[in-house]
Amino acid sequence: MSKDKFDYFIKGEKNNYEVIIGLEVHAQVSSNSKLFSGSATKFGAEPNSQVSLIDSAFPGMLPVINKECINQAIRTGLGLNAKINNNSVFDRKNYFYADLPQGYQISQYKNPIVGEGKVLLDMPYGSKEIGIERLHLEQDAGKSIHDMDPSNTYVDLNRSGIALMEIVSKPDLRSPEEVNAYIKKLRTIMRYLGTCDGNMQEGSLRADVNVSVRQVGDKNFGTRCEIKNVNSIKFMQMAIEYEANRQVELLDEGKKIEQETRLFDTKKNETRSMRSKEDAHDYRYFPDPDLLPLKIEQKLIDDLKKTLPELPDNKKERFMKDYGLNSYEANVLVSEKEISNYYEEVAKLSDKKLAATWMMGDLFAMLNDKGLNISKSPITAKNFAELVQSIKSGEISGRIAKEVFELMVESGDNAKKIIESKGMKQQSDPKELEKIINEILTKNKDKVDQYKSGKEKLFGFFVGQVMKQSGGKANPQLTNDILKKLLKG
Amino acid sequence: MSEIVKKNLSEIIDLIKKKEIKSEELANLYIDKVNKSKKLNSYITTCFEHTIQKSKEFDKKPNLNTLLPGVPLAVKDLFCTNGFKTTAGSKMLENFIPQYESTVTENLWKEGAILLGKLNCDEYAMGSSNETSYFGNVINPIAKDTVPGGSSGGSASALAADLTPATIGTDTGGSIRQPASFTGTVGLKPTYGLCSRWGIVAFASSLDQAGPMTKSVKDCSIMLEAMAGFDKKDSTSIEKKKENYSKNLKTDIKGLKIGIPKEYRVENMPKEIDELWNKGKSILKDLGADIIDISLPHTKYALPTYYIVAPAEASSNLARYDGVKYGYRSSKGNDLIEMYENTRSEGFGDEVKRRILIGTYVLSSGYYDAYYLKAQKVRQLIKKDFDENFGKVDAILTPSTPSSAFKIGEKTNDPISMYLNDIFTVPVNLAGLPAISVPAGLDKKGYPLGLQLIGKTLDEQNILNVAYAFEKNCNFKNEIKNWWL
Amino acid sequence: MSIDKDKIKHISKLARISIDSKKSNSLAKDLTSIFKFIEQLNELNTDKVEPLSSILNTPLRSREDQINDGKIRNKILENSPKKNEEFFVVPKVIE
Repeated sequence: MSKDKFDYFIKGEKNNYEVIIGLEVHAQVSSNSKLFSGSATKFGAEPNSQVSLIDSAFPGMLPVINKECINQAIRTGLGLNAKINNNSVFDRKNYFYADLPQGYQISQYKNPIVGEGKVLLDMPYGSKEIGIERLHLEQDAGKSIHDMDPSNTYVDLNRSGIALMEIVSKPDLRSPEEVNAYIKKLRTIMRYLGTCDGNMQEGSLRADVNVSVRQVGDKNFGTRCEIKNVNSIKFMQMAIEYEANRQVELLDEGKKIEQETRLFDTKKNETRSMRSKEDAHDYRYFPDPDLLPLKIEQKLIDDLKKTLPELPDNKKERFMKDYGLNSYEANVLVSEKEISNYYEEVAKLSDKKLAATWMMGDLFAMLNDKGLNISKSPITAKNFAELVQSIKSGEISGRIAKEVFELMVESGDNAKKIIESKGMKQQSDPKELEKIINEILTKNKDKVDQYKSGKEKLFGFFVGQVMKQSGGKANPQLTNDILKKLLKG
Repeated sequence: MSEIVKKNLSEIIDLIKKKEIKSEELANLYIDKVNKSKKLNSYITTCFEHTIQKSKEFDKKPNLNTLLPGVPLAVKDLFCTNGFKTTAGSKMLENFIPQYESTVTENLWKEGAILLGKLNCDEYAMGSSNETSYFGNVINPIAKDTVPGGSSGGSASALAADLTPATIGTDTGGSIRQPASFTGTVGLKPTYGLCSRWGIVAFASSLDQAGPMTKSVKDCSIMLEAMAGFDKKDSTSIEKKKENYSKNLKTDIKGLKIGIPKEYRVENMPKEIDELWNKGKSILKDLGADIIDISLPHTKYALPTYYIVAPAEASSNLARYDGVKYGYRSSKGNDLIEMYENTRSEGFGDEVKRRILIGTYVLSSGYYDAYYLKAQKVRQLIKKDFDENFGKVDAILTPSTPSSAFKIGEKTNDPISMYLNDIFTVPVNLAGLPAISVPAGLDKKGYPLGLQLIGKTLDEQNILNVAYAFEKNCNFKNEIKNWWL
Repeated sequence: MSIDKDKIKHISKLARISIDSKKSNSLAKDLTSIFKFIEQLNELNTDKVEPLSSILNTPLRSREDQINDGKIRNKILENSPKKNEEFFVVPKVIE
């Protein structure tokens, strides 16, 4: 990650290629009920238990839109610095599939609820702006299960009709790394806003990935292929890698790239053409006559704007300014709302810079190890701040702090209690330290002589002995100072 | 045969309210006649056990403070009825039993009505003669070789033959008004959004409206009052207070301005219809209305517009019939796509397929702008024609249909001539306006003909009043001779 | 616009309706005459006309975000021509 220059190019036999990527992210809107019906949206329910007559498209059923889904789309749009359209239209996208009970998906085609916006990425080679083309609301489809029966497909409509936001980026992404950063940034923004939980394992965030390649320096885009429905960042990166190389190979061989829809096979780690989709491209969009045009009053937009939380970009800036963090630290600490909240609580009660270092070090390592979210941390922010303060004040050394930290995780006790009960306080009394050091020097006269005759490496040995003698509690700085003084004498 | 079944709905309600007849007796009278009238083929499903049970319940504890106390009613088989087969006249839904009740029928039951059965109609309401029904064509009680019109043909036939005291239909391009005209009955298509579409098998969502079909204008006002109302389950339902159409019905139409659009005088229209139209004008004039000539210049484009918009919406609305969740599924085909193609090929009739294909075509890539978008623009012009004239007039008077009931099979091989039946009714759907067809006279064959009154948005009361006044002064008498008994 | 058998084939494929070739001929004939009728609209210049977006002038109504539906699996599966206790069952999808 330490490269400071963009260098994702694909070397063909003759030419060097640049990869152009655009993403259509499908983000599940956080809402209790579906976009056009009152059934629940909870993940993992019994098959077909969260299905209404509307979701299963019974004759005469009609859609009524969920207010919260509209608000969530507006919030997300505002979070993407995008234009909210006061007038938008719901259209029907017509195609047949087993898990599409209406025979059409209600979506937005020509007039989406949200227009152009932008997202800022922090790349090692600097910050990069990715354009957002649009965001629109649409229904999710159900689920076809192909592997429960050799000759039949089973259909579960629980997901059918859940609200999705399709967020379409401009073709501004240039590498798998940028895609990684982009998805994560989108997810962070939506999690801050509470508009999408971003849980990729549960399918709350998926993407269609458009990939094309062009010779470096070329101004025109090449023919793109769309890789459908990729549901993890890793797979997106792998799919892009594979697809870009496939296209480069074709071009090198003088062949043409066909615009098509492809599928990423996660087992074989390759993309392949989806022939079944070939004739389905004519979606016959038209405005849904069961719904009226959606009008959004400016007042609603303004009201929602007022209630938006501080977003990661602003928070980062504030962290750098108020807490003296560098860009990297600030980035990490705003990457999740819960992390930033924890940090701010700690920073209020302790040294801001030291708190950041310790959070990003030991705390994150521990959480990672235990597979815990920071909101489930066994150490509360208050206790963690106390630990940081104990280090800062010199009450305990960094080394002892690591031990205290471990004990805090195990016991849930606060730092003070552990330090006191285990007598782990740092030895910072110069007289006491001098006494210990003198004893050591007397015991090791031979080594003192060797040191004095030039074997200065032995200094470390003395420090080690002091630490051993003090049970690691000797103040390291003070130890250094006294040792140096006494060895000189 | 009892004379009671010949009575108007309002008279029957009076009998019940005065306790001169019990609901069960009444139900039995209709059941008896329905059983003897199978030749007309106006019913697809009967549910007499349910009817009798409900009427007994009513008689035990009669609630007379409703609009339709203990009145048995049959409805078009396009309304989903909880626990009773709803076929939409299609093989596709031959065995479909909804587990829910359409809002409109629910409203009727809340007002005391009792389901008598489900009435035949053109398949998915696509047709003007009731000849596209999978369950066979319906006969007009006027004469045994004539169609009752469509798509609410079963409703019109059953009503005219006294097999239900009143009924409801749906009207997408004339499907209530044209059969009403063909059978000498009253039919009203309400303002788009007045009656909920929830639970009605959809044909063309932006045009479909449910409405009453009755033997008199007063009956019509009672039925409309019972069925109409805001429904939060329908995003296109208009939010407004319920109106007392029947209580507010009046014959005083003095000073009302009635527009006569010159574009409705079409080529080859029978002279009788022109005469009838003139008769209508003079009756209204005698009642003190001002007759004003107006122009609706885009009238001739209404039908072509309709045959883009309606099939486009239908092609999408009917995509859900794929053999997966309900309805017919073909046993042929090796994979999902073949199953779809065979199911839809075998489950839909020719007219439905024709319209799905038209609709698919006009929406398909490369043709959308030339057809669908163009049609929506012309639709705007048609609506504007009405908007502009409704500044000058209070209602518009036209013939309901360009001919009287035609012979069975006469137009089945010529789709265009069939479509032309709706030439006077379609513009109203495109503009979302209310319109009523009232019987006005008989042609020389003795077949009834209707006149249409078109009103402003949500001005149902006004056209009901004009129709009521007209009816009182027109002395129309239907001549149905019960030849099939 | 004249509609030939190829176009019928294309749109019937889109509409997922299999049409045998005998039917295809008569359909082509019918649709050709219907499109001829429809194309009367081309007489009108509509360049400056806004397409009608809705017949109603009211804005779209919305509902509160409440769970008040679902949990009716039996009802949902009841009418299905092929199902098991939990799922709709359809012929294998060939990807």
